[in-house]
Amino acid sequence: MSKIELRDLTKSYDGKVNILEKINLEVEEGEFYVLVGPSGCGKSTLLRVIAGLEKITDGTLKIDGKTANHMLPKDRSLSMVFQNYALYPHMTVKDNILFGLDVKKVPKEEQKRRLAEAAEMLGLTPYLKRKPRELSGGQRQRVALARSVCSQAPLCLMDEPLSNLDAKLRGQMRTEIRRLQKKLGLTVIYVTHDQVEAMTMGDRIMVLQGGKIQQTGTPLELYNEPANTFVAGFIGSPQMNLARARMTDMGLILNDSLLMPVSEEERGRLPQGGRWQIGVRAEQIELAAAGDPLAIPVRVVNTEMMGNETQVLFEVGKELFTARWTGQYLIEAGQDLAIRLSADSFHFFDEASGMLTRAALQIKGHAALTA
Amino acid sequence: MKKTQIAITYVILLIAAVFMCFPVLFSLSLSFSDLSDILRGDYIPDSLNWTNYVNAFNTQPLLHYMINSAITGVLSTTLQIIFALLAAYAIVFIPFRGKKIVFMIMMATMMIPGEVLVISNFQTIRSWNLLNTYAGLILPGLASTFGIFLFRQNMMQIPRELKEASTVVGISDFGFFIKVVAPMVKNTVVTLAIYFFLVSWNSYMWPLLSTTKDTVRTVQIGLRQLQNTEAVSDYGMMAAGAMITSLPTLLLIFFGQKRLQEGMTKGALK
Repeated sequence: MSKIELRDLTKSYDGKVNILEKINLEVEEGEFYVLVGPSGCGKSTLLRVIAGLEKITDGTLKIDGKTANHMLPKDRSLSMVFQNYALYPHMTVKDNILFGLDVKKVPKEEQKRRLAEAAEMLGLTPYLKRKPRELSGGQRQRVALARSVCSQAPLCLMDEPLSNLDAKLRGQMRTEIRRLQKKLGLTVIYVTHDQVEAMTMGDRIMVLQGGKIQQTGTPLELYNEPANTFVAGFIGSPQMNLARARMTDMGLILNDSLLMPVSEEERGRLPQGGRWQIGVRAEQIELAAAGDPLAIPVRVVNTEMMGNETQVLFEVGKELFTARWTGQYLIEAGQDLAIRLSADSFHFFDEASGMLTRAALQIKGHAALTA
Repeated sequence: MKKTQIAITYVILLIAAVFMCFPVLFSLSLSFSDLSDILRGDYIPDSLNWTNYVNAFNTQPLLHYMINSAITGVLSTTLQIIFALLAAYAIVFIPFRGKKIVFMIMMATMMIPGEVLVISNFQTIRSWNLLNTYAGLILPGLASTFGIFLFRQNMMQIPRELKEASTVVGISDFGFFIKVVAPMVKNTVVTLAIYFFLVSWNSYMWPLLSTTKDTVRTVQIGLRQLQNTEAVSDYGMMAAGAMITSLPTLLLIFFGQKRLQEGMTKGALK
């Protein structure tokens, strides 16, 4: 039995535009489920529907196998962590953490025990008497988590809990939340617009766009076999390079400008048809060896040096492609370069619908997975 | 350049202060002067002469009036605050049909001067037999649109998530109101309470109409009656009465000023 089950769930505020359309979803007990998508895609609304803060227009929501469409939020035995933490500014950290336990008639002794435990777990013990404004962003975030922990609800809904933190702290809290979730065996539904968070934290991910499910799956399924061009562009950093491609006798022509030679074997493995949208990950674009007959000349527009890796941007028609190479390449903008592309590492999408017709056959680093 | 600017500012402020303080200081000096001196045009007393104050208390039951004013002031302030808080809470946090229209009608009533409503209010209060009662004095002013508006603005700054976090843990609207909203708008409560009390204390027209007996009559009416009682008005005594009457409000402002300023600036900084 799944913890949360949605069947054809639809949400509309005005009865005309659907904010969410026919969402089907199953979250298993103890799973870390991530809802990801650009702003306005409906992911927060979906979370609020599950919490009971928004009414369901159509479809069913089941919690623990019971239909919960009209269940009050307080009866859904869940806790919620908000983007702005939802801490009460006039209350101490302690009162904030214990907020709501009185209403649930948790005895004082039990409250004390839970408080001590949660504060210990999240390193908040020295701050219990402070007010939220006397805490840093990361500490506030921990208070919000502690409240969730103290409630001992088996299901925790998180709405972009890390987006107000700086990059370094975000990285730390990612690990911390994940560890906490595993330790307590919580079922978490986590909303974010940050695909890095989705990839690193989720057991499974749902990509939403325009109120519709684009794809659900494990992080690697999404990365290796994006169901359409939207998911392809959304998951992964730097963004997947997307272009229009057409087959000619000489090879593939990308964006009507870049001619890419294709070997006989590769040609045999191409999907049906002669026109597609293709996508290629930055790490799949290689620097050509000297004298390689399949080398493709390009002109560098810009480089981004990270220290451990170098990102090289070049033009393909009107689009910018990014290549990512491990190591330090001192390449100037405007320099001519020879690269090597393989059609086997391309994802092919239907030209009109953008749906995946053939995923990449070679995934760089895929061997490491099975090793 | 900067110094001259500051100097000019101070000169202007000083002139304004003198203008503002003049009536008060004038009354103060009159209140210690002999009537004969005043009639001769000698407004500066030679010594502190308290007879005017004694006379004022003897001529009219001023203390009794002040107690009446205090009772109506405290009652109307408390009730106005409570009603305004509850109304603002409903407007901000409880979804209901026609909310915008209800709020707009409320705001529209702010455009109607209170004097326009005096006749209908008087009829209502009289038909309910509430003339010469505290209830009659307080009732017409209990719903303060201004208060509702101010609390609404204040409450709208409370993030929606705070309410939702309460809903998720099962805290009722009333619980949220008591535990979260009321403490968070505390400063506005203090500011408004001072303001409401001053308005009530200084109100003249409605108490004049709705009271005919000394039992519930307020201090502003008493002040007016100091003038009626003699053929030649005793200006010194009237000034003394005015001084007595304004003392509580002055004290309130004096002690409340810090809270007043806090209440007006604190919300801005969050």
